[in-house]
Amino acid sequence: MIPKVRENILQHQDLIIEDWMQQIEKFRTDESLQSISASVYESTSRDFVHKLLLTVEENEVSDEKLNQFVERLIQMGWPLNYITRGLQEFRKVSVKVIFQETDNNEDQFRMIEEIEEWVDEIVNLLVNQYSGSWENTVFLQKMALKELSAPLIPVFENISVMPLVGTIDTERAKLIMENLLDGVIEHRSQVVLIDITGVPVVDTMVAHHIIQASEAVRLVGAQCILVGIRPEIAQTIVNLGIDLGKFPTKSTLKKGVETALRMTKRDIVELES
Amino acid sequence: MQVQTHVDINSEWGIVAARQAGRKLAREIGFGSVDQARITTAISELARNIYLYANQGQIKIEEVTESGKRGMKIIASDEGPGIKDLRRVMEDGFTTSGGLGAGLPGVKRLMDEFGIESEQDEGTVITTIKWLR
Repeated sequence: MIPKVRENILQHQDLIIEDWMQQIEKFRTDESLQSISASVYESTSRDFVHKLLLTVEENEVSDEKLNQFVERLIQMGWPLNYITRGLQEFRKVSVKVIFQETDNNEDQFRMIEEIEEWVDEIVNLLVNQYSGSWENTVFLQKMALKELSAPLIPVFENISVMPLVGTIDTERAKLIMENLLDGVIEHRSQVVLIDITGVPVVDTMVAHHIIQASEAVRLVGAQCILVGIRPEIAQTIVNLGIDLGKFPTKSTLKKGVETALRMTKRDIVELES
Repeated sequence: MQVQTHVDINSEWGIVAARQAGRKLAREIGFGSVDQARITTAISELARNIYLYANQGQIKIEEVTESGKRGMKIIASDEGPGIKDLRRVMEDGFTTSGGLGAGLPGVKRLMDEFGIESEQDEGTVITTIKWLR
């Protein structure tokens, strides 16, 4: 930043701070900022404008302290909107100060241009920081989701259970198929129970994936039993006209396990004490 | 004022969003759990068709009242390639995507009223209603 602009801004920083605080108070009523208490809002805003002035003072756009401040805002869940609007207001009040200082049109123009550039660069940096943190969160959540996606659990010799929880999209369907087939081979399963108690909606695509998976399991020499079909799901499956007649289905996991044991020539016996 | 919700479908997450909005409204109107499941499944089916065939579109859900009856209306619209043969698409087992071919005839059975308009290369609008009994 050229020295003259800096001098001007720093000389009038009290004015800028006051003006800026007034402007920022105006969008306090925004829905996304409602949950923040007045005193926190005020102290954070004051902090923000001081950090901005600090970048001017140090003549360095990417200031460590400003970065840390923004990082804290991100963690507390302040909206990005607050940052961008805050910077817009900062630009406006700084420009106002410059206007008061010089009458020379050419000077004014050059200095305003300088401020614009300065603020734009800060906006870019902070928006990047925000979106980077979002992308990171989304990525981590995706990984977390994948981790709890579709485990195949061996419960008895030759019998495994795959509990499905949540929405099944194309990506998960692929994962389910892979885990199912790998697991069947690894655990030498003869019977696999697919439990759909936790699947909120069974539409034609979900049904299609389940049918395909069970067909693939049949090809590797095991058998599938579909369990956990809730009454309302049963009705929608019938309404949709989906044919699940090719493999056995049971209402609960318990009944499924009993059937699976029978299929592998075993039984549950109560001990006489 | 009637409750109205729009959900844009442009990814698989849109399907989930539409479904959730539908289930919420169905519960508010007072549908039982079976009808809730029917409505959500129908929305899921329609939203998936949009995503699969048109890439993007819209699901609009709203409460309707007609001569004392209350119900829920779902409008699925897109500007995709349109449907070539409307009669065949309503046949069970007809599919162009390798699926089960139960989607649209299934939705018709899940809901009470069903209307479909489609113009080739213009898009498709499907309107369907479930009445509260």
